[in-house]
Amino acid sequence: MELTATDVSKIAYLARLAIQEDNIPQYADNLSKILEFVTQLNSVDTDAVEPMFHSGHIELRQRADEAKQPSNSRDKILALAPDAAAGLFVVPQVIEDK
Amino acid sequence: MQWETVIGLEVHIQLLTQSKIFSSAPTRYGAEPNTQANLIDLGMPGVLPVLNAEAVNMAIKFGLAVDANIAPRSVFERKNYFYPDLPKGYQISQYQIPVVGNGHIDIQLEDGEVKRIGITRAHLEEDAGKSLHEDIADKSGIDLNRAGTPLLEIVSEPDLRSAKEAIAYLKVLHALVRYLDICDGNMQEGSFRCDANISVRPQGQTELGTRTEIKNMNSFRYIERAINYEADRQIALIESGKQVQQQTRLYDPSNNETRPMRTKEEANDYRYFPDPDLLPLTVTQDQIDTIRAVLPELPKQKRQRFQEQYQLPEYDARVLTATRELAEYFETAVKHTQGTPKLVANWVMGDLASALNKAALDITQSPVSAEQLASLITRISDNTISGKIAKTVFEAMWAGEDNADPDAIIANRGLQQVTDSSTIEAIVDEVIANNPTQLEQYRSGKDKLFGYFVGQVMKASQGKANPQQVNELLQAKLKA
Repeated sequence: MELTATDVSKIAYLARLAIQEDNIPQYADNLSKILEFVTQLNSVDTDAVEPMFHSGHIELRQRADEAKQPSNSRDKILALAPDAAAGLFVVPQVIEDK
Repeated sequence: MQWETVIGLEVHIQLLTQSKIFSSAPTRYGAEPNTQANLIDLGMPGVLPVLNAEAVNMAIKFGLAVDANIAPRSVFERKNYFYPDLPKGYQISQYQIPVVGNGHIDIQLEDGEVKRIGITRAHLEEDAGKSLHEDIADKSGIDLNRAGTPLLEIVSEPDLRSAKEAIAYLKVLHALVRYLDICDGNMQEGSFRCDANISVRPQGQTELGTRTEIKNMNSFRYIERAINYEADRQIALIESGKQVQQQTRLYDPSNNETRPMRTKEEANDYRYFPDPDLLPLTVTQDQIDTIRAVLPELPKQKRQRFQEQYQLPEYDARVLTATRELAEYFETAVKHTQGTPKLVANWVMGDLASALNKAALDITQSPVSAEQLASLITRISDNTISGKIAKTVFEAMWAGEDNADPDAIIANRGLQQVTDSSTIEAIVDEVIANNPTQLEQYRSGKDKLFGYFVGQVMKASQGKANPQQVNELLQAKLKA
């Protein structure tokens, strides 16, 4: 599968990666090669094989529904953020719904 | 041209667990911002999600209640997008294999017809945090308390054909999740919210039209208005030769209109993939059987039982089972009365319902308890008071007079019904003596005046004379 420059830009945008315009052809080439390599798997006949979602042969661990007050301090957590006020993380305005 | 509206609904219900779906932080609503989010909810590096078993049980409960398939194995996936209230940059959800698949619920249409609405699936996922736009000028505030709260997303088939049908479906669903005790149904707090997929097509066409999705509505009234507005908008577009664009819209209740969301086209590319932090969820037949055994009586079963056990009309049974709490109130009142379930039903659906409605209270907030209402009804059926006087007593109970004890109110206000026939006879004689003109007219064939005499006697007795005795005595005396 051949990735175009547009595909690369779109993937970079979705992942919020800032990439240099100059590097796009190289990324497109490398990513295409990776895909091509993985595509070899398509040649295997898997009709009789059940889909696998995880390689581990163990059961999903579950916990009882018991609430515990978080041990982390709000002030310390908020201090990690670029901006905070009134107990809230502060971010550039997101008004998609107004 | 005749148009048909096609609607499918996605309902997010917040599950009534104590802790979050993948962490032990509390799900309590209304706490100080950012105090109910732990390191997992905050998406800190190096943490791992651990599934809350109770959230799974609740999803299974729901699945069984809508006759759905419970997947023996389902898969959690990552839904990737960037938004400030989503700390990890992805939401853990279920995509290819949801825990609940292919069920249905029945709704009753206005003409009484019962319609089956398909449920495509219901899957477990985590909620995001909240963005607050009012508090900080030109910025947004983020509260992550809600991040990681367990949700069950219930997706219907596009089987609904009008806003009314959509509301009927939502009300049945709303009652059901409260019966199951898996959601508090509090729409204002966002515990039960709805996205609607809407399209229109010429009547008779099988192919679906282009749909729009209206996001995030949490009031029955607004949902109904939004669907009607959106269907009209789409019809007007097509009739003027334009096309409906597939898009996500928001409903603005203050202007009663829907508007497109300002969203980049790539936004719908979520690049789902199985979450490597979580193994597939296995549900055993044993677990399903255990949960089935403890399912509560569901609205439909309760309705049928009410009709049989209490000899109630279908309508009454439906109204009284609308919520679990109302049904419990009714049954408690019946238990404290003797053999008068229909009278209890009339009171609960009549005077009590209208008083609650007027005061904007729900049944759990009623100032008159089921036991107190039962005492009042007992005083009607044992002839201590008439049905009419009972209304006065009820009003006094509602206002809290004498601790809402009907016997105390009846005694203190002297409202006991007069059944002593000599007392009633004396009043009847007096009324007849005071109304010679009417008496003459009555005797010369004006039968309608009988009611006038009854009214006068009741008035003279301050409503306390036993109406049946009054009737009998008047009939005998007026003839003479």
